[in-house]
Parts: sequence; structure tokens; C-alpha cells
Amino acid sequence: MNPWPFVIAAYGVTFLAATGLGLWSWLAMRRAERK
Amino acid sequence: MPSIHALANPARFLKLARPLTPALFWIGVLLIAIGAWAGLTKTPPDYLQGETVRILYIHVPTAWLGMAGWSGIAVSSITFLVWRHPLSMIAARAIALPGAVFAALCLITGSIWGRPTWGTWWEWDGRLTSMLLLFFVYLGFMALNRADSDRGGDGRIPAIYGVAGSVLLPIIRYSVVWWNTLHQGQSIGLTKSTIASSMLWPLPFTLGGFTLFFAGIVLMRMRAILATSKAEARMRRMAA
Repeated sequence: MNPWPFVIAAYGVTFLAATGLGLWSWLAMRRAERK
Repeated sequence: MPSIHALANPARFLKLARPLTPALFWIGVLLIAIGAWAGLTKTPPDYLQGETVRILYIHVPTAWLGMAGWSGIAVSSITFLVWRHPLSMIAARAIALPGAVFAALCLITGSIWGRPTWGTWWEWDGRLTSMLLLFFVYLGFMALNRADSDRGGDGRIPAIYGVAGSVLLPIIRYSVVWWNTLHQGQSIGLTKSTIASSMLWPLPFTLGGFTLFFAGIVLMRMRAILATSKAEARMRRMAA
């Protein structure tokens, strides 16, 4: 079984979720502090 | 250095949080990038697991933050129940979403790691099941917080839930000792590790990096909650 698709999937999911979380939190903070 | 009690003042907290938020976030991102690059390219494959062992450098930090997040909620909840610090429940609310995301990432990366290593995506054993329970406990905390603020509650019920939920933490920690499990036992401790140092060295980078990243996110969310409640209070004053 080729291990690389599993490694890439694990890193990909983590980085996507972390980026989404970071972006969402930053936008929510900016929006709330501008009110 | 301001004490915890001094930080309970939102104005003083914001003065500290404003410069700290981008610093924690970007230093975290830099450390994660270094650790991930080194973990993917600079360490040798494991003699048994081969290349799949590289999932370690992101799976361990997500597991740590899934559990550390709930420890933060429990400490904040106790602080709120005992001292009524105005910021402590805001901190607990701010931790809930990133904590749930990292608990979910721990389950997902573990499942992806399990398929080539154990031959299965999922097994209902002690470690995996207790971590899944923690994820559901996070969801319950978020729902309870929303319901509490919708009905104008004082945050006491979510705080009690926050303390009660911490019973899961020792269960997760010792699940590999108490029950027969597919999950390996503890291989990394504070003072010693059973993993060769040639493979272990990128882990402190991703572990520290994700921790700083998480702290930056929590500060962002605390600032958002504080600003929203300030705007709501202003609108209530204008309507009165």
C-alpha cells in the first residue's frame, strides 16, 4: 500500500481546517471590532 | 507582569491581547511550517510503519490541543464559578470551537494513520471512543453556551458542564493502560521518549507551533466576543 496518499491527506485536512479556522476567527474579530 | 486578577479587567486584557494576537499566530504558523517541512523531508522513515509515521508530527499536536483545550475550559469554568471573573467564561466560550476542531482533526488524522498501519479506519477501543466522546462534549458545550446566552443566563450552567466534562481527560490519558487497545501506549513523555531522537526532533516545532496558533485563535475569538457584547450593550443603551 502506497503510504504517501495517507500522509498527504492527513496533512492536507489539518492545514485546510487550521487555515479555515484562522481565517474565520480573524474575520469575526475584525467585523466585531469595527461595529 | 500583570496578575490573573488584573487581567480580569477587559480594558487591561485588550491592551495586552492586541499586540499578542498576531505575534502568537504568526510565530505559530512559522514553527508549524518548519516542523511540517522537517517532518516530511528531513526525518527517516520508521522501520515498521515506513513513511506513514510522518503523520505523527500533526496527529500528536492535534491530540494535545483537543485535550488542552478542554483543560482550558475546565480551568476557566472553575475561575468563573469561584471568583466570577468576567473574562473567564468568555475565555471558555472562545476555546470551545478551536478545541472541537482540533479534537476532530485528531480523530481524522488518527483514522487516516490507522488505515495503512492497523488495516482499519476505525475501532471502538478505549482511546478512540473516549476521544470521540470529548468531541461530542465540545459540541454540547457550544450548544449549552448558545442556549444560556439566548435566555440571558449568567453562564453558571455551562461552567458546571465545563468542570464536569473534565472527567474525560484522565480517561483519555489512561485508556491505553486500562483497556486492551489498538492504539499504542504512551511513547512521548516530558522527560523521556521511546522514539529515536532522529525522528522526534521536528515534533517540538509542530507541537509548539500549533499551541501558539491555538492561543492566537483563542485571543481573536475572545476579542470578537468582547467587541460584540460591547456593541450590544451600546445598542441597548440607545434603545432605552
